[in-house]
Amino acid sequence: MTNEEIRQAVIDILSDISPDEDLSNLDDAAPFRDQLQLDSMDVMDIILELRKRYRVNIPEDDYGKLDTMAHTVEYLKPHLS
Amino acid sequence: MLQLLDSQRIVITGIGLTAPNGNNLTEYRKALLNRQSGIESYNIRHFGETLAGVCHFDALKYQNRKDIRRGTRAGSIAVYCAHEALADAKIDIQTVDKSQVGVFLGITEHGNVETENEIYQISQFNYDCKYWSHHHNPRTVANNPAGEITLNLSITGPHYTIGAACAAGNAGLIQGVQMLRLGECDLALAGGVSESIHTFGIFAAFAAETALAAHDDPTKASRPFDKNRNGIVVSEGGAVYTLERLSDAKQRGAKIYGEIIGYAMNSDASDFILPNAERQTECMTKALTKSGITPNDVDIVSTHATATVQGDIQEIKALKNVFRDCKTTYVNNTKSYIGHAMGAAGVLELAGNLPSFDDNICHPTINVDDLDPECEIDNLVVNAPKKIDRAEIILNNSFGMIGINSVVVVGKYIQ
Repeated sequence: MTNEEIRQAVIDILSDISPDEDLSNLDDAAPFRDQLQLDSMDVMDIILELRKRYRVNIPEDDYGKLDTMAHTVEYLKPHLS
Repeated sequence: MLQLLDSQRIVITGIGLTAPNGNNLTEYRKALLNRQSGIESYNIRHFGETLAGVCHFDALKYQNRKDIRRGTRAGSIAVYCAHEALADAKIDIQTVDKSQVGVFLGITEHGNVETENEIYQISQFNYDCKYWSHHHNPRTVANNPAGEITLNLSITGPHYTIGAACAAGNAGLIQGVQMLRLGECDLALAGGVSESIHTFGIFAAFAAETALAAHDDPTKASRPFDKNRNGIVVSEGGAVYTLERLSDAKQRGAKIYGEIIGYAMNSDASDFILPNAERQTECMTKALTKSGITPNDVDIVSTHATATVQGDIQEIKALKNVFRDCKTTYVNNTKSYIGHAMGAAGVLELAGNLPSFDDNICHPTINVDDLDPECEIDNLVVNAPKKIDRAEIILNNSFGMIGINSVVVVGKYIQ
């Protein structure tokens, strides 16, 4: 997947787990939690959806690496290439 | 009637509900008087085509999409009904002490829907439990529907559900009465909810018991007391009442639907499924005694009858034991319109009858084309509404599996 495709995959997941949020102006460099009303349950949703949709298993120690869109795309790239 | 202090008398001041044939009391009562069924064709995973009572309330009225996704259907029903009840009672929740508000909801079961969903999800991944959702726990804890009300309305008083099979709606009301009398809360949101139509298991189980209704015309499928009845129509729904002490209701000039003057619960201790007319008789008698009234004082009996052969006959037997010589006690059934709303059944059926205090009309049992001789009883109101001379006391029956009976008696409030 290209970076743009990975980004869109994450956007799709976010729009499912947080359907009331406007994701059109998401700042890729800023933390998700500063822009979206996400709590720990939502973060676990992101992890679960990545596992379900792309068979990506993210160890708990790496959850913190998915704090921004840019970091998430960077983290996922080797798993989704 | 018993003479109690106003601080010990508990009154109904607001009603919020969703039923298969109405999303507020006005719509619902109109449907009952117009003999309008809410049963429709329904298809559910694994089980396939069947019939059900489906509610069509606007879940987004009081929740956003994320809340709905995160919670349960029972939670959404509960939140909708709670808001509607508060609005009906003209209570602004922001102006009351939220630590003194209690939420008590009856449920027949809870968690089957969510567990079936998760099992279906992991079946897509070779039953690997790594794909099981973290939402399963908060969705399936037994207090979920009541807890979702507290989360939505920021209520910090006590909340819990009461598991009481199909006697649960009445049990929720009884719990509310008791907590108000004990001073454990100043306002109770009490009633019952059900999301059971979203679990295929309940349809499959009733079918296995040969107790699931079938009919070419869905609106005629739920037919208690009819000779050709063939079982239960499963429904979802909910009703939440605002209960207050009469002293508090008077102080704020609240509209009063009626007063819960008595109640009783007991156990059959005889069978997992089959009802017991003797214990039902005892439960009704105990409720009348606790109310300080005699059978002759009851104007309307709202029956539990679910359209199973044995269930209907046993309840009629019990009614004959209690109301044998009562010339002005009328008997009706609301499941004939809405099916069996499980944990919500008792409170929905009672709510449908409460407007009779104002209009003196007893809504009929519909779909009785050929009355089962074993279900014959004096003053059974069948197929057409009945104008009655007096509508001041309603006795509401709700019975459930494992042998649990509940009766609530409501009196018209006369200043």
